[in-house]
Amino acid sequence: MKFITEFRRSELAEGVISQIHRKSKTQARFMEFCGGHTVTIFRYGIRQVLPKTIEMVSGPGCPVCVTANIELDKAIALARIPEVIIATFGDMLKVPSSYSSLQEVKADGADVRMVYSTIDAINLAKQNPAKSVVFLGIGFETTAPIVAASLLQAEEEGLRNYYILSMHKVCPPAIRAILNSGEVKLHGLICPGHVSTIIGSYPWEFIARDYSIPCVVSGFEPLDVLQCVYMLVAQIENGESKVEIAYRRGVRPEGNQQALKFMEQVFEPCPAQWRGMGEVPDSGLKLKRKYQHFDAELAFDIDPGPTHEPKGCICGDILRGVKTPLDCQLFGKVCTPEYPVGPCMVSSEGSCSAYYLYGEGFEG
Amino acid sequence: MCLAIPALIESIEDKEAEAEIGGITRRISLWLTPEAKVGDYVLVHTGYAINILDEGEAEETLNLLREIAELAGE
Amino acid sequence: MKDKILLAHGSGGKLAHELIEKNFLKALANPFLVKWDDSAVFHLSGRVAFTTDSYVVNPIFFPGGDIGKLAVYGTVNDLAMSGAKPLYLSLSFIIEEGLPQSELNEIVDSIQKATQETRVEIVTGDTKVVHRGSADKLFINTAGVGIIPDGVDISGSNASPGDKVILSGTIGDHGIAVLSQREGLSFSTQLESDCAPLGSLVAEMLAASPNIHCLRDPTRGGLTTTLNELAKQSKVSIRIEEEKIPVREEVLGACEMLGFDPLYVANEGKLVAIVLPEDADKVLKAMRENHYGKDATIIGEVTAEHPGRVVMKTCLGASRIIDMLVGDLLPRIC
Repeated sequence: MKFITEFRRSELAEGVISQIHRKSKTQARFMEFCGGHTVTIFRYGIRQVLPKTIEMVSGPGCPVCVTANIELDKAIALARIPEVIIATFGDMLKVPSSYSSLQEVKADGADVRMVYSTIDAINLAKQNPAKSVVFLGIGFETTAPIVAASLLQAEEEGLRNYYILSMHKVCPPAIRAILNSGEVKLHGLICPGHVSTIIGSYPWEFIARDYSIPCVVSGFEPLDVLQCVYMLVAQIENGESKVEIAYRRGVRPEGNQQALKFMEQVFEPCPAQWRGMGEVPDSGLKLKRKYQHFDAELAFDIDPGPTHEPKGCICGDILRGVKTPLDCQLFGKVCTPEYPVGPCMVSSEGSCSAYYLYGEGFEG
Repeated sequence: MCLAIPALIESIEDKEAEAEIGGITRRISLWLTPEAKVGDYVLVHTGYAINILDEGEAEETLNLLREIAELAGE
Repeated sequence: MKDKILLAHGSGGKLAHELIEKNFLKALANPFLVKWDDSAVFHLSGRVAFTTDSYVVNPIFFPGGDIGKLAVYGTVNDLAMSGAKPLYLSLSFIIEEGLPQSELNEIVDSIQKATQETRVEIVTGDTKVVHRGSADKLFINTAGVGIIPDGVDISGSNASPGDKVILSGTIGDHGIAVLSQREGLSFSTQLESDCAPLGSLVAEMLAASPNIHCLRDPTRGGLTTTLNELAKQSKVSIRIEEEKIPVREEVLGACEMLGFDPLYVANEGKLVAIVLPEDADKVLKAMRENHYGKDATIIGEVTAEHPGRVVMKTCLGASRIIDMLVGDLLPRIC
């Protein structure tokens, strides 16, 4: 497949790996912000092939994982309303909230439908005029413009039974919060690829400028990530800190203006709760006043009740890069992909799931 | 995060297109990439094209990777 | 309404008899079934393999097959994986009221063809009709018996260090072909299910080497789940190489789109064989000469360290664990 298979070629990878070994002299810790990168790193065993000088830590870039229980509880409360059909990406079904999960309320009779796209959710609304379809808006800047577009489409077509529960988040403020906390010392940042497809590379400049941390935007194939690590190592050894793009086929410095326009037309920044980080200013997206009639939270009277965090779960610390799943007492014992306690074990790109499924710590 | 994969646009009808991904085809939306043409490769996320892939840049990246790999052989 | 299955068809009365006569016996009649007795009576001699399975595939017709053919092949394959020659099958239908009779007939015809091809007989059967919503169109339950030739000892617990692991062809074809028809996910593809009977392939493999240690068809849960089962049962480790596993481009494309790993996607016409290293080439050659094994290839070997685990060498040369499928394969966006 074009643009995929050529970036998985083992003979090229071998050369890049040995160049990284040759070039890397200084001890450095890199964070991959994005869960998609976490998956690539584990799936191909990239940590194993890097030199001892490089330590990789996973960041909070998994939209499912960072969705706070207070938000999940709202989704569950909406699902329990008889005339509501919940339309959601498959990722959200198994995530435990304070007391339940969408999968469980579905088994109890709630109408929860898995969709691949907002297009399917719009079609559901058209096919079920007597019901209200609530789309669970999760995701970062990559997904938010799409949800914005779906809402504009619904508006254009005069669809009155399509709603959104916006749990969208934006990435740069979260990275700033991590860096400001000073909990984990970073020497390089692997910036999210498809978020940057939308927002471009400029929004990362503050990291290089204010925190002197090298930044490289990476794609998701193994060669993309290796090239990104190579470029970070090169910046470190040259004493530089700037923003570079390794994923040039998919990311332009200015991003996708059309997508940004839709996002700005429909959403405005608001404070948002991140699991593990608490409230981060300007890191959420809420519907603008003009589009509030699409807001599921305003349209339905819901009382999700008090939130509850699972005892002993350290997903929050893991998401901040302060701890790894191996530090968690529940990991692999009480908390497994079959019986997940925290969201990082549920989401396929969560750190705990990656550690568990791909056997991190396994030698051989 | 954000699974997005390259697809080839085969035909366009208004704001939608038929796109091919490794031998399978699917209808995608072009709301976010109104400038996309037949024959372009686009990155598809949840059924929407989120940008047009730059073939020239992909080739250059591969050349760069080859250069790095060759340095290793020296 | 005459063209639809009604609750009355499952009542045991006249309509039920009519259903059996017109829809089932017309296609499947044989000396056992025409007796209308409560049970089939036959002699068996030798070591008997006995299996059961239920089929609930949605949709019931999919590219490359249907639920009927799948039920026969699936049962026959389960018997073949013990090295048995499949002989007799039972067939039990649970029908949701409203199923068009034409669809039922098409499925029964497909069952008839499949039994002919695999040389087995349906010797007993049953039909129930349930209220709309209590089943999804049609469920089929089967059981099957077969005889294992002398000298053959195939079991999931027989793998031993040094053995080679052979895969009979491309993975994921069935799962993706079925998924392409699902509402909400619909994408179009030329890909067909690999749904196939593996009895002849197994017979030819056993002719090449009667010492085959393990055979298993990687159905639900995919290749990974099957390898994990074998590793756990035999208390050994299985090491495979990612680059040796054949995957069709369409399967890879669909998996990229939906966020799946082809290693976990279902197959219905493939098998994994674990054989002595000295027999590997013989068995492989025999497999490649059979239509259903023409893409067979050695994907790895059995080792002693890390018992119960399956380890895969990635295209970067690193090793990682591959674990069983957990829950459903759900399309994801991140």
